[in-house]
Amino acid sequence: MGGMIELLKGMWVTFKAMFEAPKTYQYPEVKRPVRQRFKGRHVLKRYDNGLEKCIGCSLCAAACPADAIFVEASENTDAARFSPGERYASTYEINMMRCIFCGYCEDACPTEAIVLGDNYELSFTDRSQSIYTREKLLEPVPPGGKTTPQVVEPGMFDRSIPVMKDPD
Amino acid sequence: MDLWLVGEWVTKSILLIAILVTGFAYTTLYERKLAARIQVRIGPNRVGPWGLLQPLADGIKLIFKEELIPAKAYKAIFILAPILTVVPALIITAVVPWGSSIDLFGRTISLGIADPNVAILYILSVASISVYGIVLAGWSSNNKYSMMGGLRSSAQMVSYELALGLAFVGPIMLAGSMSLADIVNAQRGAWYILFQPLGAIIFYIAALAEVNRAPFDMPEAEQELTAGYHTEYSGMKFALFFMGEYIKMAAVSAIFATLFLGGYRGPFVDQFPLLGPIYLLAKIAISLGLMIWIRATLPRLRYDRLMSFGWKVLLPLALANVFLTAVAIVVFGL
Repeated sequence: MGGMIELLKGMWVTFKAMFEAPKTYQYPEVKRPVRQRFKGRHVLKRYDNGLEKCIGCSLCAAACPADAIFVEASENTDAARFSPGERYASTYEINMMRCIFCGYCEDACPTEAIVLGDNYELSFTDRSQSIYTREKLLEPVPPGGKTTPQVVEPGMFDRSIPVMKDPD
Repeated sequence: MDLWLVGEWVTKSILLIAILVTGFAYTTLYERKLAARIQVRIGPNRVGPWGLLQPLADGIKLIFKEELIPAKAYKAIFILAPILTVVPALIITAVVPWGSSIDLFGRTISLGIADPNVAILYILSVASISVYGIVLAGWSSNNKYSMMGGLRSSAQMVSYELALGLAFVGPIMLAGSMSLADIVNAQRGAWYILFQPLGAIIFYIAALAEVNRAPFDMPEAEQELTAGYHTEYSGMKFALFFMGEYIKMAAVSAIFATLFLGGYRGPFVDQFPLLGPIYLLAKIAISLGLMIWIRATLPRLRYDRLMSFGWKVLLPLALANVFLTAVAIVVFGL
């Protein structure tokens, strides 16, 4: 008999639940904001003037435990400048089928060029689409900046790593 | 044989099967929607307005799926089993009356396919046939889990059939007839659920076990038996088992409504006979809703507890109910 009452109690709980507002997010139309430290698709950052932060040092590729990153560097010239300093990444590929979104590349980067962003919609229909190239990863040029390659005055961007300030 | 009469029967049979098959499709949607609401979700809402075309999409998917027959299965029985499950489910509702009768084309057409005076025996015997479908499916798959699912199902259905049969006895004694039309007409004053509350509860529980619905869905326990008797079935053959289960749900709901909830009876049904099917459908929908609600609430029973509940609790209670009904009929002269 006591069991019957327990059963009815359970039924009452589910009956009440029928009249609650659904907690569902209608996903493709309504997206939940991601958390601040969410690790989604990578973004290659730029400086305010439009120069790429990535200097092609390959530290991210070295740090990557899944061996997902491939970097090939080329020389910058003042006539065609992509990033400050000597070199820039002429090829930058991340294989999203290998990437485990650990964020080690972010930690390894000396110029804070690669950042794991908030995009988690990475589905693709073809294997070749899983390779995210430099063009796909680079963020758009910020307002007021110019696209790369830029023609700059000689001697302005000799330092490849920005001068770091002590944190306050 | 009157040709018109044959035409009438064929039309009504085709209509009933069409209603059952589309009804099956929409019962799945009903279940998904209601279970979703209970789980504070929305449920399918992408295909068509409010997800109304979801069953159609599911059907198309299942038709185009690959049909697999395991190499070591007994092929003929493997194919026969789903058919054996669906056919009894389709024909069992033939004796349920949908209404009194209407005048159409100068003929009096009774709403309902057949009204044999042994309707209840027909229901019990046809319901027992569907056990074979499940047992044969489990055996012919040549797979230990399927086999165990089939065995569980046979034991469970045979055990609960006793209580089910005894629950039928109450309305039979009150109405003094085994014809469902007579039983419905005898409920003109008050529904039998008022005289037979215990009988109605026993019937409902035994019916849940009979159609293998949660919390008695041991034959298809996913966690223990990897879906039990239909593990090896795919595509349309799987869909037939699914169809069998849902049509049986609708059928036992229809029988429950007829025996205990006054069948097609409701306000103004004597003046407008066409209201009968609507009332019956509404009662079936409520009963199906209750089944879905129970499924969304209660966890599956353990198998030994299911058997001991059936034999040690439900069967004595059903016998006591028959005895009490008989005493009440003699004492109060009902």
